[in-house]
Amino acid sequence: MEGAMLPDAKIRTESGTESGPRGPGCSLRHFACEQNLLSRPDGSASFLQGDTSVLAGVYGPAEVKVSKEIFNKATLEVILRPKIGLPGVAEKSRERLIRNTCEAVVLGTLHPRTSITVVLQVVSDAGSLLACCLNAACMALVDAGVPMRALFCGVTCALNSDGTLVLDPTAKQEKEARAVLTFALDSVEWKLLMSTTKGLYSDAELQQCLAAAQTASQHVFRFYRESLQRRYSKS
Amino acid sequence: MAAGFKTVEPLEYYRRFLKENCRPDGRELGEFRTTTVNIGSITTADGSALVKLGNTTVICGIKAEFAAPPTDAPDKGYVVPNVDLPPLCSSRFRSGPPGEEAQVASQFIADVIENSQIIQKEDLCISTGKLSWVLYCDIICLDYDGNILDACTFALLAALKNVQLPEVTINEETGLAEVNLKKKSYLNIRTHPVATSFAVFDDTLLIVDPTGEEEHLATGTLTVVMDEEGKLCCLHKPGGSGLTGAKLQDCMSRAVTRHKEVKKLMDEVIKSMKPK
Repeated sequence: MEGAMLPDAKIRTESGTESGPRGPGCSLRHFACEQNLLSRPDGSASFLQGDTSVLAGVYGPAEVKVSKEIFNKATLEVILRPKIGLPGVAEKSRERLIRNTCEAVVLGTLHPRTSITVVLQVVSDAGSLLACCLNAACMALVDAGVPMRALFCGVTCALNSDGTLVLDPTAKQEKEARAVLTFALDSVEWKLLMSTTKGLYSDAELQQCLAAAQTASQHVFRFYRESLQRRYSKS
Repeated sequence: MAAGFKTVEPLEYYRRFLKENCRPDGRELGEFRTTTVNIGSITTADGSALVKLGNTTVICGIKAEFAAPPTDAPDKGYVVPNVDLPPLCSSRFRSGPPGEEAQVASQFIADVIENSQIIQKEDLCISTGKLSWVLYCDIICLDYDGNILDACTFALLAALKNVQLPEVTINEETGLAEVNLKKKSYLNIRTHPVATSFAVFDDTLLIVDPTGEEEHLATGTLTVVMDEEGKLCCLHKPGGSGLTGAKLQDCMSRAVTRHKEVKKLMDEVIKSMKPK
């Protein structure tokens, strides 16, 4: 069973020589990814962001129940299991967000009347959970060989009451923040695929967070590329 | 003949209209359906509102009950929303436990209440640590024709404005609560969040207030919830085609105009109801 443990050094995104209330302080936490660690699923990945860790497994394209089949494309299903307790309404909402994001990038028309199931298990939650789930899902889909038109990544932004932006916040930073915004961006044109927000913020702050997230996502995509290059160059 | 074309190639049929910058029901791309609201129709509820957005009909009923406040926040009450999509409203829903659509809508409404701080939970507290109000907001869809989130948010807001809570005093000797049904007061509504939904077509075109058919053909949806100061409470984009920052900007400006329209409508209705 091959695995590639690829820790990446702390990636910093400086916002240049800006003066004013929004100073630099944008840095992503240490992240790591391991692929093909589970034997049963067609693809699997474990994504670590700081202390947040999510394990993803992908089964597909596989047989689909007649009631759920779509005649011209694959049926995508996402199951998210929290670390403790039974899945509730919040998990259902997150599953819908992740599923719709995957549906936008997966080329379902190549595998009609099949099902592609993504199972996500939260191993530890220390902030930016939804972004970590998205990253793990993407890596697992790549590992399974599911055809996609682009890769996607999740980035979380927290806005403090004084207007400063913190990327990839920890659980403590999320609680103290005025607003927490999570975006999913695609790798081709860095367009916004998915967004979900908590708290109050203005239109200008939204644009600012989106721009910061787009810059940060480039680092994440570079990490994906490097980790895949290292994995395939060994074999 | 047009009906035959519509059945066979619904997307092509729709594109023909979009090329002329209009939609099959005659609306412009940025136009909302006729919105009507009826407040206070359910007399057994403490507050109620019925909202119609074209054919989409949603009714919200609010009941207030007593409960012990949460132990980690003894000076707060509860607001518990629940969105129900019964088989009555559309053929795609079956009876039984709430489906995914209903759960997502419930979570969305809970998020809007939490983020916009529409009512201060401290206002719902009667006696710190002992007694507080819990507002059960039941939102039921009677007719599903797309844009359910906008209708639910509006219905909730209108119903909350209609809620009248009786005065409650705690009797010193017995420790029991005494309710004075003759003296009722309205809730203190701090902000007025209004939702505006868009559907994305062919990755580029944005249309406002999609009907059920349009939602089915769309490649993505986006809902923006804005309050009167132009602050965003929620930007809900569950996947779908990608959008650039500039397109988002257009959505924001449309949301601001929609907020003004809705606020005007609601103020008119409230004013017409006041002398009771």
